[in-house]
Amino acid sequence: MAGAGGGGCPAGGNDLQWCFSQVKGAIDEDVAEADIISTVEFNYSGDLLATGDKGGRVVIFQREQENKSHPHSRGEYNVYSTFQSHEPEFDYLKSLEIEEKINKIRWLPQQNAAHFLLSTNDKTIKLWKISERDKRAEGYNLKDEDGRLRDPFRITALRVPILKPMDLMVEASPRRIFANAHTYHINSISVNSDHETYLSADDLRINLWHLEITDRSFNIVDIKPANMEELTEVITAAEFHPHQCNVFVYSSSKGTIRLCDMRSSALCDRHSKFFEEPEDPSSRSFFSEIISSISDVKFSHSGRYMMTRDYLSVKVWDLNMENRPVETHQVHEYLRSKLCSLYENDCIFDKFECCWNGPDSAIMTGSYNNFFRMFDRNTRRDVTLEASRENSKPRASLKPRRVCPGGKRKKDEISVDSLDFNKKILHTAWHPTDNIIAVAATNNLYIFQDKVN
Amino acid sequence: MAGAAGPGTGSGAAGGDGDDSLYPIAVLIDELRNEDVQLRLNSIKKLSTIALALGVERTRTELLPFLTDTIYDEDEVLLALAEQLGNFTGLVGGPDFAHCLLTPSGICHLGHEILAVLQKSCLQPPLESLATVEETVVRDKAVESLRQISQEHTPLALEAHFVPLVKRLASGDWFTSRTSACGLFSVCYPRASNAVKAEIRQHFRSLCSDDTPMVRRAAASKLGEFAKVLELDSVKSEIVPLFTNLASDEQDSVRLLAVEACVSIAQLLSQDDLEVLVMPTLRQAAEDKSWRVRYMVADKFSELQKAVGPKITQNDLIPAFQNLLKDCEAEVRAAAAHKVKELCENLPSEGRETIIMNQVLPYIKCPEVRLNIISNLDCVNEVIGIRQLSQSLLPAIVELAEDAKWRVRLAIIEYMPLLAGQLGVEFFDEKLNSLCMAWLVDHVYAIREAATNNLMKLVQKFGTEWAQNTIVPKVLVMANDPNYLHRMTTLFCINVLSEACGQEITTKQMLPIVLKMAGDQVANVRFNVAKSLQKIGPILDTDALQEEVKPVLQKLGQDEDMDVKYFAQEAISVLALA
Repeated sequence: MAGAGGGGCPAGGNDLQWCFSQVKGAIDEDVAEADIISTVEFNYSGDLLATGDKGGRVVIFQREQENKSHPHSRGEYNVYSTFQSHEPEFDYLKSLEIEEKINKIRWLPQQNAAHFLLSTNDKTIKLWKISERDKRAEGYNLKDEDGRLRDPFRITALRVPILKPMDLMVEASPRRIFANAHTYHINSISVNSDHETYLSADDLRINLWHLEITDRSFNIVDIKPANMEELTEVITAAEFHPHQCNVFVYSSSKGTIRLCDMRSSALCDRHSKFFEEPEDPSSRSFFSEIISSISDVKFSHSGRYMMTRDYLSVKVWDLNMENRPVETHQVHEYLRSKLCSLYENDCIFDKFECCWNGPDSAIMTGSYNNFFRMFDRNTRRDVTLEASRENSKPRASLKPRRVCPGGKRKKDEISVDSLDFNKKILHTAWHPTDNIIAVAATNNLYIFQDKVN
Repeated sequence: MAGAAGPGTGSGAAGGDGDDSLYPIAVLIDELRNEDVQLRLNSIKKLSTIALALGVERTRTELLPFLTDTIYDEDEVLLALAEQLGNFTGLVGGPDFAHCLLTPSGICHLGHEILAVLQKSCLQPPLESLATVEETVVRDKAVESLRQISQEHTPLALEAHFVPLVKRLASGDWFTSRTSACGLFSVCYPRASNAVKAEIRQHFRSLCSDDTPMVRRAAASKLGEFAKVLELDSVKSEIVPLFTNLASDEQDSVRLLAVEACVSIAQLLSQDDLEVLVMPTLRQAAEDKSWRVRYMVADKFSELQKAVGPKITQNDLIPAFQNLLKDCEAEVRAAAAHKVKELCENLPSEGRETIIMNQVLPYIKCPEVRLNIISNLDCVNEVIGIRQLSQSLLPAIVELAEDAKWRVRLAIIEYMPLLAGQLGVEFFDEKLNSLCMAWLVDHVYAIREAATNNLMKLVQKFGTEWAQNTIVPKVLVMANDPNYLHRMTTLFCINVLSEACGQEITTKQMLPIVLKMAGDQVANVRFNVAKSLQKIGPILDTDALQEEVKPVLQKLGQDEDMDVKYFAQEAISVLALA
């Protein structure tokens, strides 16, 4: 059944059944703009899951330890810490409002008991430390337990504060603020595998930062033409290679990807690899350029491949082959006939992200109508699933959805015309090792797991 | 109340009813937890005062445990704390206190030494936790304090307490603790027993191949320091392989640090060992694919040169240096260029000249570097013969003399008198004279001005006869130049040359030209004639002044141009010709 109906997404070889685990966020129909989730990211171990929203908040969920007393709660994610990362600002010089919306979150590899993450809005990147505290000091010399001041002349002995255990407290503190380096809107941040630097990319430039230095960054890519009227493309995403600290890629609005090697020179304006698929002249249309713009680029965990998402498809590239992708998966090909109306309602400019599973055998990306897609790279099977509250009983299996590409609609199929384009899944994340996925649907975060064996 | 026990022990703490003396300390202790960072910082900085007041025992049993948990504080507080703890040994007690001390675990019967060990070991928990914080400055300070404290340990105490701490850090879960461990090996190794030494080496080895690049970087940066305290055999058998591995690490951020270690390791090895054990790696680093590694080689070049000695320098480093000078990355070239002077200075006097002439200079393409060499000619002259140097520099000088940037031209003009002095009149006439004259008609005023001053200095060097034969005729010819700016240059030259050339030349050759120019059609030239006459007047005799200068100035004094009139009248009054 799995194959025929596309009933399960086979990730890692065996067909696997996804089931509902949790949903976070309000149920209300009218959604506050500030509550819309704008980024989702697991940390390196997968024990923490961070979301950022348009209100500038970061919410961190922690996976509960497998508990003996609740054998059924298989590592659910619960709120660990919530904090306001960015506030709305106003640039008085340019008369521009700077939104507080969190564009990206990236975790740092864990370096001590605390956790660190970078969060960014359009202009400013912040390094946050999330740390735990379970002791507090007690006892003062100049006041007693209930806070009353003591007579300073009646002190007969010195008291050193004593540490007492207390309820666990999670603190988020801003450690560094990396500001004033971007003229345009930051679309990506990526931590280098050398653990001491990271890059930030805006529409025209990529900067390289040292994590401990906030007053200086190096510009490593600058595609701004001398005359802005000659501008033909912008940087849409950038990412460091997971293992090779000198390699990074950036994608452009023209559907191309450039790979740069920081070893060869300090300025990486000249790429060392250029990935581009020749355009099929037969499918050329008014929208060709818009839909070929790459909205996300992600290296596989192995570092051998990278994946790019454009409006209608997701492509997997072998880093050793520049002239065409090794795989192209159609995400919602049925929208090709709808491009005109998608252009009119601006949906065509939606920036869908994509992600790999732990062993790089499957990929996931979002679509409309709260649908998201998974592709198994080995079996070439794919499935469309829906993030919805309707079937949100714990451990209920997700039913595969099918969209009727036109013509006669079969039973259980949804017609293209009834898709809700306001419900879009732009941000998804896959646990680094387990089959757990986090799917952001507007203001709700859905967590799905594979069916327990 | 724990506090009550303190005074009673008679451990030297303030106590009893001394309210007045306790109050300030009480405030300090309370302010360790004040909400205001500045107040907390002030308290931490007076930690020794608090410890002194509490006495050694309470410092050990109460203050230090509390401080251990202060690691949640702001960086600057932690930094101050890490620094304070480095000087705390005396404040937690010493062997002298042993007999009257009663530790909570009741080990007062232990010997002095053991007790001292315990006292020192209680310093470690706060520093150990500070050595794991994420902030590098704090961690480094904690490591520095730990190194300081290690020196105060007896060998026994070192093995009983300090080495275990290093091992704990080295095998810690988080890479912050492992990076901190890297800096502690070298201080405990020399005083450890052989068995412990082997363990320490083992720990260091594993950190050199740690999964985290942060740790490998920390190990690489401490490799040289560690090598210095190791036995020579261990250096060869253990450090060299580690060095080779780090120098070929997959991350260039690690490889570049191995270059630094190379300097220390090279100093320890004999020439033969160097050639076999270190040079292959160093050669590889100089040609590394990553410009950052090559930059590091260029940046550390003088140190490397000193460490490997003259022979290897000549055979290996000089060719490597040539490549760095023409590297494809500007940052690398710049770093190499900065080292040219030191490189030359450090060459052995024998054969230095040949190396510089044949192997360094031809590769220097960057005008700034050449200029730098030329500017140091007087000291280079002591190193090699100037004539020979000039031969190879001449093309550079000519090139710079015609550089498109006037500041470069200006800089080279300023070295001309020096060069002239070094090269002698013959060579100068042959090669450089025409350049000096060409500058007189440069289109930038600053160059023309510098060129005229240059002429004066040349005349001072080569004498009036030379001036009369070579300079003056050329200067005077310009008086007929169609460009009035060039005509004025003649006047400016005469202004500065007249004094150097003396009365005879001035009167016979220069004065007629100046007077003739009084009839120039450009007012600027005419008033400069007036100014020149004022300038050269004192050099002339009274006859010339009265018969030749006076009429001309009087005529200019009636000039239709206001400025000409003004300067002519000024000259008349200064020269007292009225």
